[in-house]
Amino acid sequence: MTFEDWFRKDRLPHIFCAGCGNGTIINCTLAAVDQMDWKKEETVFVSGIGCSSRAPGYIMTDSLHTTHGRALAFATGVKMANRKLNVVVFTGDGDLAAIGGNHFIHACRRNIDMTVVCMNNQIYGMTGGQGSPTTPRGYLSTTTPYGSAEPAFDLCDLAIAAGANYVARWTSYHVKELEKAVLAGLQTPGLSFIEAMTQCPTNFGRRNKFRQVADQVEFLKKHSLLKVKRDRLLLENKEVPADMFVVGELVRRSRPAMGVSP
Amino acid sequence: MTRTEFWQGNTACAEGALAAGCNFFGGYPITPSTEVAEHMALRLPKKNGVFIQMEDELASMAAIIGASWTGARAMTATSGPGFSLMMENIGFAAMTETPCVIVNVQRGGPSTGQPTMGAQGDMMQCRFGSHGDYSVIALCPASVQEMFELTAKAFNLADRYRVPVFLMADEIVGHMREKITVPDSVERVARRELIRGTLPFAAGDDLVPGFATFGKGYGVHVTGLTHDERGYPCTTNVKIHHNLVKRLVDKVENARRDVADFDIINPDAGDVFIAYGAPVRTVQQVLHDNPGRKIGFLRIRTVWPFPDFALGQFKNARRFLVPEMNFGQIAREIERHVRVPVVSIPKLGGDLHLPGELMAALEARL
Amino acid sequence: MRHEVRFSGFGGQGIILSAVILGRAAVMYDDKFAVQTQVYGPEARGGASMSALIIDDEQILFPKVTHPDIYVIMSQEGFEKYGADAPAEAVMVLDSSLVHSRPKCRCYEIPATREAKQTLGRDIVANIVMLGALVKTTGIVNEAALEKAILDSVPKGTEALNTKAMKKGIELAEAAIKAAGQRA
Repeated sequence: MTFEDWFRKDRLPHIFCAGCGNGTIINCTLAAVDQMDWKKEETVFVSGIGCSSRAPGYIMTDSLHTTHGRALAFATGVKMANRKLNVVVFTGDGDLAAIGGNHFIHACRRNIDMTVVCMNNQIYGMTGGQGSPTTPRGYLSTTTPYGSAEPAFDLCDLAIAAGANYVARWTSYHVKELEKAVLAGLQTPGLSFIEAMTQCPTNFGRRNKFRQVADQVEFLKKHSLLKVKRDRLLLENKEVPADMFVVGELVRRSRPAMGVSP
Repeated sequence: MTRTEFWQGNTACAEGALAAGCNFFGGYPITPSTEVAEHMALRLPKKNGVFIQMEDELASMAAIIGASWTGARAMTATSGPGFSLMMENIGFAAMTETPCVIVNVQRGGPSTGQPTMGAQGDMMQCRFGSHGDYSVIALCPASVQEMFELTAKAFNLADRYRVPVFLMADEIVGHMREKITVPDSVERVARRELIRGTLPFAAGDDLVPGFATFGKGYGVHVTGLTHDERGYPCTTNVKIHHNLVKRLVDKVENARRDVADFDIINPDAGDVFIAYGAPVRTVQQVLHDNPGRKIGFLRIRTVWPFPDFALGQFKNARRFLVPEMNFGQIAREIERHVRVPVVSIPKLGGDLHLPGELMAALEARL
Repeated sequence: MRHEVRFSGFGGQGIILSAVILGRAAVMYDDKFAVQTQVYGPEARGGASMSALIIDDEQILFPKVTHPDIYVIMSQEGFEKYGADAPAEAVMVLDSSLVHSRPKCRCYEIPATREAKQTLGRDIVANIVMLGALVKTTGIVNEAALEKAILDSVPKGTEALNTKAMKKGIELAEAAIKAAGQRA
């Protein structure tokens, strides 16, 4: 099989805008899932609300498209009630970090055996471009018309501090790395969190001087700082550039996990 | 076979759930319902079930819906403030037709109110609390015995009609201990599975679709968005939305007579009490203490959908007297259905109506 | 015949457990009906604690105690809050080692806490002493039923101690009945 065999073809075309990075991340995730030899009937995709959360609707398995922010709480019920099911959650920055923040830290604390893929486009895309908890300071959105005054959340730091067994961050540019990270997450018992920074040309790029889709992808690429490089800077007591974000595998550990299939 | 126990109402509720095959409990501690969660925490792991204490009531409701889709008989228990938080996902359960049981051991509100005192102030929230149109089933126990029996029954109704079913108890029946006769087993009505090759949200005459349990290869997509019979989002089609919501309402409202559960005493009386939950006990005392007097009584266990047709059996009714531990929430519902005066007898603060208070209402002139 | 029993003392004395044990004795071992209720406050320890029990040969309809005919009082604050208004026709069993007031009604003085501490070595069983005395003075359930309900409800390993406490209560009640007879 290939990742394409997981698509629910009678649901196409999808709702994503031209140039949206979500499709890339869904493909990377399904390519990783496809390497797991999971049966479709034993795999469940769960999501909340937002562009990214529409992903399960395009996948040919049982899927639960839930309420805003609550995907992880629903997924907890699915996984704890039937440990044989493989559970993958698609979410976004608004869904996971704002309205779903509490469920996020508690799912990580419980270390429930599931994989969470967060498409972080730093904006509320579906509702027309409002600022989210990951909109960087100074950037424009419809609710930060003078530039965001708030600091942005680092979702990976949050997941690590809360106890997730696997945490990685990549971007929609790093497709091979992203696929490998999702695969490692799927293979790691406990909660795996993979943050994929992605472009939203319609609602983020357009307001923030990324005229072309490629401009924002290029920006994500340029502002990615490999974890090894970051660690070297720290070791040499050098400053880590404030406008860059770390990419790579950030945590892989084997703390006690819940819901692992016996 | 049966056995006698001296149980608290909340214990009886948990045991009724277990007897009905409940195998998943997701909850958050809140007075005066906490004993339900504590008892499930003790008992479920020994029956290969799952107990999980969630981070809040939003998550509790979400978890039981997730569990229900894997085929579990899932339940949560809460009280006023937690009930308010559950409303969002109760709407999701209604929209996605997810069987689940929600116990609300009612306490005085609004807000934090009276955590340890009884009330019936959530009766309308239970019916209409989440946004949009939908219908639910709600049962009201008046004794420890009924905490057991109606909880067990709630699971069967949830599976039969694919709706959230509420056990609308109150602090008085939840916390009191009383004699109970516990049966060895209770009736179980299985959830009807989807017939393969048919659409997961297409219903027959009873308006209830077959259930596509996760993990069985149906590949069902479940969404809180308006969806077609395949389960696919279809959010701007006027007809699909109208038909879906009409079916969600009708499948419960059409079953009104099937799910009705009430007793009628002295149907030819002029003065008729109507009660549900703890105030039933005061009305029963009044009837017991006044054997020579013809006092009518409609005692309701299934409050939603409201058994309006039962009112017509009191052909000589001059007035209906409705003692409630709220300011007349069900009295107002009764008013919609009758042409004679409906006298609301509210009692707030946590104490049950005294028999003398109901006698005074009975003596008062119209 | 409907009896309404009110128990009061301070949190930690086992006031609620007393009512539960008595109710259990009535329902499980004496073929009676019972309803037990209590006042819930935010305090887990200290403060005036109250629990109520109705015992009847028939099914109990109205479940709340409104006119207690039997009082079991184990603290001065409990007396003032829940015992002082006891009507003349009621019966009160009070822990005379902790309560210095006396009611208008018939009253049996049981030095339960003192005896629990001095004779039995554990003041924690004072409530069981009071239950023994209550059953002896009122006959509200039979003694065998009470003993079974006590044994159902106490921690493993403390059965002998609690049985002794109940017997102690019965013994103290016999003395109190005699004393009351002499006063009258």
